[in-house]
Parts: sequence; C-alpha cells; structure tokens
Amino acid sequence: MSIDVSIVSFAQAPNVRETHGTTNGVEMLVPTMKEALDRIGLSKKDIGFWCSGSSDYLAGRAFSFIAAVDAIGAFPPIHESHVEADAAWALYEAWVKIRTGEVDTALVYGFGKSSAGQLRRVLALQLDPYTVGPLWPDAVSIAGLQARLGLDAGLWTERDMAEVAARSRAANPAAQIYEQVTVDELLGRPYVADPLRKHDCAPITDGAAVVVLATADRAKDLCEQPARITSIQHRVESASLGARDLTASPSTVAAAKAANADGIALAELHAPFTHQEILLRQALGLGDEVVLNPSGGPLAGNPMFAAGLARIGEAATRLKPGERALAHATSGPALQQNLVCVLEAD
Amino acid sequence: MAKQRAAVLGVGQTHHRSKRLDVTIGGLCREAIDRALADAELTFDDIDAVVLGKAPDLFEGVMMPELMLADAIGATGKPLLRVHTAGSVGGSTANVAASLIHGGEHSRVLAVAFEKQSESNAMWALSIAVPFHMPVGAGAGGYFAPHVRSYIRRSGAPKHVGALVAVKDRRNGAKNQYAHLRQPDITLESVQASAMLWDPIRYDETCPSSDGACAIVLGDENAAQGRTAAWIHATAMRTEPTTFAGRDQVNPQAGKDAAAALWRDAGITDPLSQVDAAELYVPFSWFEPMWLENLGFVEEGQGWKLTESGETEIGGRLPINPSGGVMSSNPIGASGMLRFGEAAMQVMGRAGEHQVDGARIAVGHAYGGGSQYFSMWVVGAEKP
Repeated sequence: MSIDVSIVSFAQAPNVRETHGTTNGVEMLVPTMKEALDRIGLSKKDIGFWCSGSSDYLAGRAFSFIAAVDAIGAFPPIHESHVEADAAWALYEAWVKIRTGEVDTALVYGFGKSSAGQLRRVLALQLDPYTVGPLWPDAVSIAGLQARLGLDAGLWTERDMAEVAARSRAANPAAQIYEQVTVDELLGRPYVADPLRKHDCAPITDGAAVVVLATADRAKDLCEQPARITSIQHRVESASLGARDLTASPSTVAAAKAANADGIALAELHAPFTHQEILLRQALGLGDEVVLNPSGGPLAGNPMFAAGLARIGEAATRLKPGERALAHATSGPALQQNLVCVLEAD
Repeated sequence: MAKQRAAVLGVGQTHHRSKRLDVTIGGLCREAIDRALADAELTFDDIDAVVLGKAPDLFEGVMMPELMLADAIGATGKPLLRVHTAGSVGGSTANVAASLIHGGEHSRVLAVAFEKQSESNAMWALSIAVPFHMPVGAGAGGYFAPHVRSYIRRSGAPKHVGALVAVKDRRNGAKNQYAHLRQPDITLESVQASAMLWDPIRYDETCPSSDGACAIVLGDENAAQGRTAAWIHATAMRTEPTTFAGRDQVNPQAGKDAAAALWRDAGITDPLSQVDAAELYVPFSWFEPMWLENLGFVEEGQGWKLTESGETEIGGRLPINPSGGVMSSNPIGASGMLRFGEAAMQVMGRAGEHQVDGARIAVGHAYGGGSQYFSMWVVGAEKP
C-alpha cells in the first residue's frame, strides 16, 4: 500500500533581475515560507521534514544553504536535508520521505541569486573539468549549438522559437518579463548567440519558491483543492555533449513514460531556452490542446534552483478538478537531466 | 505502514591518500563503486538509481559534479540525486538512498560519496566569509578548538584523553588496508610531543586531508534475501542553526534529538550495552568523548571516562572507530559514508583485520557544519 502525497501550498518570492539581499536567500525565503504556511494555517512546528535545493557556486561560497536554515528558525532542531540541484529534486526527496511513512508533511524550498555572478560563465563549471570546462563554453553558447542543430535538422525554425517567446512574454502580468510583442518584432531583434536572440534565453532572475506537501489524508483538511502527485520520475543523460543527440531528450521521454504522463491538460515546462520548449513538447508528446506555461515559464522569470520547483507549484495551483497536469524540471547543460511530475486534482 | 525493509548488500572504498594524482574524479568514484558492486556480487545493470553526495563543490572547482560524472558512476539513463548536507553528507547520502528503498521507489540503489581534496585547499575553502558574521578564518580546527576547550572545562577531563583517542584511532587505521594514515607505532608520548595547532588540538590529534571515495549498494528485502547483508534498523537526520543565543555547541540539541530518534526507531533502550561497534565522525580526537555523550551512550560529562578506560578500543565494551575513523582518513564528503559503510562491514563480518568479534549491531554517525548537521544509522546482522 503506497502513500499518496499532495501539494497543499505554494508561494514564491517576486522574480526580479536583482535583489539586494544576501546569496543565502534568507531575505527572500522568510516572507515566502510565511506565506506558504499561513495559507494552510500551519506553523514550522507542524512540518515533519524539510528539504531544500540550491547551489554553492551560484552563491560563490561553500555551505550557502546552511545560512538559509536561518530562514526557518530551526530550533528545536528539524528533520532536514538538502540537494545541490533545483529544488524540484528536493521535492522528489521529500515526496519519497513522506512515502516511507516516517512523516506526513514536508516543506520544500529552493532559492537562487543569479545576479551575484555571471550566470552563463558560472554554469560552464558544470562541464567536464578535464576536457570541456577549460574551453569555457558558456551555458548560452551550448544552448545555441543545440538550437542550431535543431534548425539544421528542420525540427524548428527561428519563427517557431519567436512564437514561444511571444506567448511566454505575454502570459503573466506579474512575471519578471511581461510584454505584448509580435513575432515579427522579435525576429527583428539582434542575436546574442546566433541563432539565439535575447528573447530566446531565460532572463537572469533572483528568486525563491516554497511548496508544502502532505499525505493525501492530511491534505484534505489543509486546503480546498490539493493537487495529488500521481508520480514523479527523473533521469539523467551522459555529460558528453558529443555523445548525446542534442535534438532529442531521451531522459525526458523515459521519465514521462515511467510517470504515465498522458491525458495532460496543462503543462509547466522548465525550458530556459525557446527551442528547448519545442524540444520538450515533442519529447512529451504535448499537443496543441495542452495549456502550456500559463505562468510565463522560465522565459518570463528563471530563479535558478527554484524555477523547477516553481513549475510544480504553478501547475498545482492552476489545476482544475478532474484534470491532469504535468510539471517538468531540468538541470545541467542542454537539458542533461529531466524530471517529470504528474498532478491530479481530486 | 508503507515502509519497506532495506539492507546494505555491499560496501567499497578507495585507498585514501593525500593526493590521488593517478585518477580523475570519475576514476576515484569508480574505484569505490567497482569494489562495492563486487562486494555485492552485482553489476551496474542491477542498479535502479544512483545517489551521490559530496561536500562543497568549491573543493574541486566543479559545479554539481554528479552531472559530469553521470557515465562514470553508472547513472546515465537512470535517476540521479545529489545530496549536500555539509560534513554529514556522506551519511545523509546513505540515508537518502535508504529512503528510496524504504519508500518503495527502487529495489537496488547505489550510494556514492567522494572528495578529492588535493584539487584545492579544503581548510580555507571552509572559511569563506558568511554575511553578517565575523570570519573565523582559521579552518575547521580553529573553529572547533573552543568547543573542545569548553568540553574539557565542563567535564573536568584530564588533558591526555584526546591523545589516547589519537593513538587508538591511528593504530586501528594501521589495520585498515584503505586508511590514509597507518601508524602502528604511534604512542601517547609521540602524540603529546606533536606540534600544537589549535590549543588544545595537536597535529597528531587532527584528521588528515584526503582524496577518497566510498560506495554502498543498498537493496530491498527481496534483493537481500538469502545473502549476507547489513539490515538498516533505523536512520535519523537533524539540523539546527549555526549560531543563536544559548546554543550548546559542545553537546548540540540536534545531535541529541537525532540519537534519541535513532534509538527509538531501532528499538534500542541501552545503547552502550546493545551496540557492538560504532563508527563516529571524529575529525579531532576530543570529539570521541563529546559524541559518546551527545549520542547518549553515557551521561553528560562521562564520555572521557569510557575512552580513558580503554573500553572504546577493539575488544572493549564499545569499540569506537575500529576502521581508524576520520582521524585516519578524511575525504570530507565521503567521510560520513565511510562511517556508515564501515558499520555495515562490521555486522556483515567483512571488516578484515579491524573486525570486532561478534558485531551484530553497529552505528554509523556523521556531523557537519558548525556541529549542526547530524546523520546516523543503525545496522544489524538480523532483519529489524
């Protein structure tokens, strides 16, 4: 008998180009945790397990997540863990923890202050340090190579990419990036890393996100409409860029298959580049009938290490009764690692 | 409830050295993984998921190195999770891997932890300024020395107890073929004659800085059936903030809470009598008596007496760190998993020259940050 787990609350810090807070995320996390807990009438004492996602390299300092614990006020001591990854993987760890039967609630948080450094160069440090990293191919350049491969293979056009950008930028008035803009206008803008234009790339964002999980039994008492997690699956691919088919996403395909991700009405995809949204949509088999990234997605605001978790929260809060939603998170260069979470409204 | 039984099927580790210049980071991990898979008589094909732990990425200069290691650690095409909970991470990684089985997600999981400290200067990487705090700037030894002084003052422990631990751990390390420091001839006098680094911590009472890795293969009840296994009886993790008014840094509440939960879940009412061997995270010798108290093996203020009496030696009432412990090998990110793995080896009867006779119940323990992150497990030769 497995234990069902539901999302009962979601909150996020404003997605902004630069905050003045520390790289610990505490200033963003304190009000966001409060909002997430207040919404369901819980306090920190009610949380059985805590799990966070963040990166020391983004903060430029060892153990940056330790100071983030100050946002909790973790005394008496808490049952806690941390992943050095997007907090979507922290949610996975917390989901598993609840399913062991040890706890019945969990609070998951992620934070990132990308403005603290040069993000595209920081991310180059994820590459093989012996043969690839020393060449400093930055994150935008690698995504550009991927976009070019897809263009050359006829899998998408620059117009297709601009259409993704136009839709994302006009989706959410509350997002960091919001503008009503035509595809032709976007195509007239200059390249930043040919074939990528600025609008093809997610913005630099400081932000944080919080999701509260509970057993389905407890969830009924905590909120009007919990979003039940029917499955979460994730897979990683080789880091060897030359050994991968960058125009496909076998890890997404495998994760979605294992998660039984069909009958999806709404999807939040963690695609930091326009062509990656097209690629993921193909991998997931999402047709035109699926509502895609109603939040604007990462192209309208991309808080590193929180954006994947935010996709799950955004999908959960938009889910309508009887519907199924898919939330996706990614990590690593050119969609190396992918997570698929399927949600259902009871 | 839904909890599935989980067990250790195999343990592997590298030869730990100050500089493993003969291998890449991937090669280092693979050395431990290959030994763990061989110990478990399994191959990568049998593994459903991989969990990797290590301490700060700044130690090697690679951001989220599990990504670039995907092929080397056999994770490609599978779920890969990266844990980071400071110095306790090796233990936490094993606990997370166990939860993947307890939760019914997977049948066999590979947990791996490493640190290649020769890639940087770990001591100073640990001392990067924290916002709103005065930087200590003295590495881990400088940070923990005041805690040790406070322990000596509070407990009235005689000054030589720390040196006794160093002698015991280094002699134990000499029995461990993988240990970084193997010093069979070390004596109380030689430890007490070594240089004072951070009063009262002397050079010989300090852990080394190592390159090394550890890997553990865990399986569910079906996978463990009919074979030698270390059954996981309980796991525990607790965290508290680094600093706040009134915090007891010598005997932290998070450690006490984790231990209390651990004993409760393992059904242990008298740990000193019921536990046959313990691998505790002792990076500076004085932490042995401190953790004996924090874990509740003895009352507060009594830990040094157990150490002084010789009862923590192999053959004593409660052997602590028969492997030589962190005092003999310290690849930080892997050190916690080494404690967990060595505990499993003891109850599987596979600890070789440092085997504790008849060990049936053993404890693995790790801590990190400013004595604020704790992870522990109890493993047993029998099913829980």
